[in-house]
Amino acid sequence: MDAHAAKLIGAGIACIALAGAGVGIGNIFGNYLSGALRNPSAAQGQFGNALLGFALAEATGLFGLVMAFIILFAF
Amino acid sequence: MATTTETAVGTATEAAKAAAGAAEQSGGGLPNPMHQFEIVRYWHLNLFGFDASFTNSALAMVLAVALITAFILYAMRHKSLVPNRIQSVAEMAYEFVENIVRQTAGEEAMAYFPFVFTLFMFILVSNLLGLINIPGVFAPFTSTSHIVITFAMAAFVFLGVTVIGIAKHGVGFLKLFVPSGVPAVMLVLLVPIEVISYFTRPVSLSVRLFANMMAGHTMLKVFGAFVGALGLAGIAPLLFMVPFTGLEFLVAFLQAYVFAILTCIYLNDALHIHH
Repeated sequence: MDAHAAKLIGAGIACIALAGAGVGIGNIFGNYLSGALRNPSAAQGQFGNALLGFALAEATGLFGLVMAFIILFAF
Repeated sequence: MATTTETAVGTATEAAKAAAGAAEQSGGGLPNPMHQFEIVRYWHLNLFGFDASFTNSALAMVLAVALITAFILYAMRHKSLVPNRIQSVAEMAYEFVENIVRQTAGEEAMAYFPFVFTLFMFILVSNLLGLINIPGVFAPFTSTSHIVITFAMAAFVFLGVTVIGIAKHGVGFLKLFVPSGVPAVMLVLLVPIEVISYFTRPVSLSVRLFANMMAGHTMLKVFGAFVGALGLAGIAPLLFMVPFTGLEFLVAFLQAYVFAILTCIYLNDALHIHH
């Protein structure tokens, strides 16, 4: 296997990190929604926290994507 | 005869290889999605051996600062007690950031409100500027899609927060790394973890913003290229593109919000050490 093919495979593997981000974001909004249905009056006050959690969870997946970009374009 | 065929085959393979290489460079005929992040020097300038050229990135940042200043000055020109429409937009932005600072970092942190407001507005306008495209007049460039810019901001936040914490608490600032109510045996493990997590703050803060911007713009460019390349069937990626452009506007706002709120959380840690 030449180095170029290995690079492409490595970049593809690095993108698996985004699966974790998907699980995390789904968890956050799923739990937010179930909490909001139980107590709708408190939901509005916690939407900011839900968005914060969304951004934090998404970032970990994007770190994997950045690794893919580094493998593809920096080496 | 045999040698001629061999050379002919050899040339053909080389030509195929060259064609494949060319196709690969341009992404199989599609425009390169990374091309939009290229830095172009408009005005060459060399300061003491450092390349300080005026680039498209610098232009985007100057434009963002000019737009924010013009907007705030224009909106607040009457300073009326009952605000008109544009003044209430400026006041909404102010109150939004004020709420973030007050709720996450407390009353004391209001001294640093101007800094957080500047950060929030600069990131928000920089992110949004990259999404505006007027063909032939204004080509978008997102300055926040480069880690140089975001890391400079994150490093400034990190150093500032550390200096504030040390100035306020002195040696007591080190209590930040020692969680309270933990058995001494566990501290051997927890203190290094706390120290490492403290020093990765600027990295995660900057990479979050930069990766979100770069990934979003790359995705839009890739799917945008599909629309043109597929002809009539391009309607399918177009239908995908429209909601995703909307999502990118949400992300542009959300990342500015997250950057501001994390700055406030770090400030809160430095101002009120309650570990």
